Amino acid sequence: MFKWLEKNLPKIVMAPAVGLIGWFVYGFVLWTLYISFTNSKILPKYELWGFGQYEKLWVSRKWLISVDNLLVFTALFLIFCIVIGIILAIFLDQKIRAEGVLRTIYLYPMALSFIVTGTAWKWILNPTLGIQKMFIDWGFENFTFDWLVNREMAIYTIVIAGVWQSAGFVMALFLAGLRSVEDEIVKAAKIDGAGLFIVYWKILLPMMRPVFFTSFVILVHISIKSYDLIVALTQGGPGISTTMPALFMTQAAFHKSQVGLSAASAMMMFMAVAAVIIPYLYSELRRENAR
Amino acid sequence: MQDNLQSSSYKELEQKSKYTNMFLRWFLYFVLILFASYFIFPLYVMVVTSLKTMEEIRQGTLLTWPSSLNFDSWLVAWGGRGYGAGDTFLRPYFWNSIKMVVPAVFFSTFIGAMTGYVLTKWRFKGDQWVFLFLLFGCFIPFQAILLPMARTLGTLGISNSVVGLVLVHTVYGIPFTTLFFRNYYISVPTELVKAARIDGAGFFKIFFKILLPISAPIIVVTVIWQFTQIWNDFLFGSTFSFGEAAPIQVALNNMVLSSTSVKEYNVDMASAIIAGIPTLIVYVLAGKYFIRGLTSGAVKG
Repeated sequence: MFKWLEKNLPKIVMAPAVGLIGWFVYGFVLWTLYISFTNSKILPKYELWGFGQYEKLWVSRKWLISVDNLLVFTALFLIFCIVIGIILAIFLDQKIRAEGVLRTIYLYPMALSFIVTGTAWKWILNPTLGIQKMFIDWGFENFTFDWLVNREMAIYTIVIAGVWQSAGFVMALFLAGLRSVEDEIVKAAKIDGAGLFIVYWKILLPMMRPVFFTSFVILVHISIKSYDLIVALTQGGPGISTTMPALFMTQAAFHKSQVGLSAASAMMMFMAVAAVIIPYLYSELRRENAR
Repeated sequence: MQDNLQSSSYKELEQKSKYTNMFLRWFLYFVLILFASYFIFPLYVMVVTSLKTMEEIRQGTLLTWPSSLNFDSWLVAWGGRGYGAGDTFLRPYFWNSIKMVVPAVFFSTFIGAMTGYVLTKWRFKGDQWVFLFLLFGCFIPFQAILLPMARTLGTLGISNSVVGLVLVHTVYGIPFTTLFFRNYYISVPTELVKAARIDGAGFFKIFFKILLPISAPIIVVTVIWQFTQIWNDFLFGSTFSFGEAAPIQVALNNMVLSSTSVKEYNVDMASAIIAGIPTLIVYVLAGKYFIRGLTSGAVKG
């Protein structure tokens, strides 16, 4: 008995973690998947109903708007975060005085919650007392900046706040990447007469492909899951103009008694994330095995 | 190595004419400082606004310096105004968050350390698959587990309680803590463990005598990561709790959104600062570990 216990102790120690994740992650995802094929309203029903919820989902105007918003947000969020992140990383890499202080400033938003960030930006962007008033008081009398309450533009305020929060993170990833490059490579290029710009554009940035890949995956992951920022900044408004899938899901589940529909939307999000993550994990594992 | 890279690019700059060089440097600093002000701007506005009276806010602009250091809005945000109904303030929710964060961080870190230890030092057949099995938990969108989780917490009788949130945060923290410890322990020479095993040391003795004493850095990284994640969580907090059991982020959001009476932006900003200050302090004090967690929490290896 003791022998058996001793021999299997490592597996016994692993058991709680595996059990918890098996139940709370895999079991729960399967449950949600099942419910998405039922006609559940307030309470889950277990009678199968086919793809009805998915059909309902893809003709729902609100869902289509949220998918549209997600695509716009993701595209802009990716571009701005990566461009700003790369510029800051390259510039910081030039033996800058006070690099530590600057780095701390660029990255501190990552330590704050999206609720705190959203609260701050909501105040800054509000048309009556925020930026708009600041410019008017400075003498630009016709200055208007009402994106926060403008149906067409409100989604871009979420981009502004999101980029502010996450660009420093991309900077940190690229800076770490640049610093891990052997300086022999750079020296050799310079002996060949390459200027600093060429060194970065032709040699260093192409070498950063894994960092691009990683940043892409993380940023897409953040944007698919974005929920807190929207709640704090716009609550999906004005109207439903800034709603996104995560917001759609929680509202359907907990405010509108559309349990089946919300499960279907959750599974769509799950598949979107899986489409990005599985190739990523696969390539990471291959890299690790190749070592 | 880093210094070499920097100094060689610096030398490269020096070789160019002095004027181009100077111009480039100025441009570099200009851009860096421009971005720094963009990042600092919201924090500055938050602090300044929280110190103003509403009168000052209406008269000045976002950037105007307050006429005096007035911490009244902070006191209101923290402790309320002292009249009964409708007086919401952060103090009780701040403690809710503390009561939630401390056990959740402890349990998830402990479990992660154990699984990381087994996965690297007591390897068994198929352990790589077990690791992948756990790792996938880092990436699931939590929307896919919200509905069954809400039901489970209800069945267990711990919905809308701090205990329920501790359970949720512990479980969904395990994939990350496992990842951290696994990647750290994998670089510890297995010979150490083998030698100890030959000397007759058991599973727990090896962990406590050999691995734990050298685990300080990874424990710091993990604790900071988990603390930041859990303190800043809103999705779980707002879905599984309301009213008196809510953590601070939920309370902050409710306070800011409450449409009663006149909007008091100074109190809103003070509240936001109070909700953000614990993680900000950790970041300033232990930024190095925070960044290490960030980069390896998202990037494997």
